[in-house]
Amino acid sequence: MGTIVAIQAELVEEFDMFEDWMEKYEYIIDLGKSLPMIDDKHKIEDNLIKGCQSRVWLHADNDNGIITYTADSDAIITKGIVAILIRVLSKQKAAEIAKADLVFIDKIGLKEQLSQTRANGLLSMVKEMKLYALALKDR
Amino acid sequence: MIDVGKIRAQFPLLHQKVNGENLVYFDNGASTQKPQVVIDAIAQYYSNDNANIHRGVHYLSQKATDKFEETRDTVQAFINANKSCEIIFTKGTTDSINLVANGYRSMLNKGDDIIISEMEHHSNIVPWQMCCEVSGATLKVIPILDNGDLDMDAFENLLSEKTKLVAVTHISNALGTINPVEKLIALTHKVGAKILIDGAQATPHTLVDVQGLDVDFYCFSAHKMYGPTGVGVLYGKEALLNELPPYQGGGEMIKEVSFEKTTYADLPHKFEAGTPNIAGVIAFKAAMDFITDLGISTIAKHEDTLVQYATKQLLTISGMQFIGEAKKRAALVSFNIEGLHPYDIGVLLDKMGIAIRTGHHCAQPIMEHYKVSGTARMSFAIYNTKEEIDSCITAIKKAQTMLA
Repeated sequence: MGTIVAIQAELVEEFDMFEDWMEKYEYIIDLGKSLPMIDDKHKIEDNLIKGCQSRVWLHADNDNGIITYTADSDAIITKGIVAILIRVLSKQKAAEIAKADLVFIDKIGLKEQLSQTRANGLLSMVKEMKLYALALKDR
Repeated sequence: MIDVGKIRAQFPLLHQKVNGENLVYFDNGASTQKPQVVIDAIAQYYSNDNANIHRGVHYLSQKATDKFEETRDTVQAFINANKSCEIIFTKGTTDSINLVANGYRSMLNKGDDIIISEMEHHSNIVPWQMCCEVSGATLKVIPILDNGDLDMDAFENLLSEKTKLVAVTHISNALGTINPVEKLIALTHKVGAKILIDGAQATPHTLVDVQGLDVDFYCFSAHKMYGPTGVGVLYGKEALLNELPPYQGGGEMIKEVSFEKTTYADLPHKFEAGTPNIAGVIAFKAAMDFITDLGISTIAKHEDTLVQYATKQLLTISGMQFIGEAKKRAALVSFNIEGLHPYDIGVLLDKMGIAIRTGHHCAQPIMEHYKVSGTARMSFAIYNTKEEIDSCITAIKKAQTMLA
């Protein structure tokens, strides 16, 4: 398992290979399709992050300070981006997640997907992931 | 026949590339673009005429006041109101509805009914819920039929001597349904109640004659009519506006102020506290003139042609499901594609330079009715073309392939 910084660098390198937006979104769509879905028992109202347009379910498991996130969304592009966020932040130490600077978002051109106006729940999801880690890191 | 090319030339914003493609703007139901005359009117005001209105004795204040009041007269003529004092300037339709709903808080009691419909925009739901919470009145809801028409039989059954106010949209922003407002108004008046019509989606597309309709309150926004944002209108019958308590306190809305007792100004100023969006109101006149010069029926005819063409072309897409197929519809098409989330369609279309609206359109109860999380909506204006619809259809098919 690489560090959060290393995984972000990997992602930036991967996205650099795409020629145009179509290739990039086709990749995100594929990621969305391959994301292991959240366990049905976690797909509950309490785990729902309501965006205006797409919905995201997020569940976190803690194993000795290592957090594993699982998630799902009803929109495939949102789900693809969820998959990327999980690749970066899941199975990492709570303290690392809490202080992580997610520079890759800007670098791979997904800032628009994580903006307020998109109202897709992704911005809240990042916040929730960090809050969960923050709550655990000092225990 | 109108020359759409000539009309498009008047809208500077339309001539730009988005994500490398020619912009196709199909989100007119949310807000239309502005013609040069409207943009010029705003620039002209700030360049030459800016001063606060209804206060100063000086030249500029007088000039700004005259122009501001000219717009009021234009609105009066535009919707055929009896008097210009029946035209209240607000921030927009939402603000207009809140103004009335706030006033009714103190005019209603437990045992009174307010009736709205299932197809209302949240701005014609929430203010009435707040009004009911304070006044103790009960909110009743007219259901819709599956095709998107109002269930008029159900409406008649809801009406009673307890009904004090009915608030219904003229045209649904999510479905495009044109409601039979004449009939709604007549039935409401039969039980002695008052009626407010949300005309936000109607004034850009339909001739509205408030006296002919005999409507009590009618609300609409300038920014959906090629005018500036932050300007709206509340039309109300003079006697009813006189009965309605003021909404906000402040400057302009008073006659005399003392710490013992303040008396309020006459209509329309009683409801116009504070310095309004003067530039916006003045530019709104240019927007109404733009519509009047083209002719609202010409605009409606062009948009109808686009709706029919889009409907036909959308049917060439597999899995097409229209949401709302009311008998009478205006200016928009709402749809879903089997197996696809509207958000995904919207994101990919945006990448191809096409702006449509996706989501619940601030009308969640309708989405609940159709058991969908949202829809994709194409809404048209006078400057849209069949070629743009073709581009949009091609883009949707491309998105469908990518998402399959």
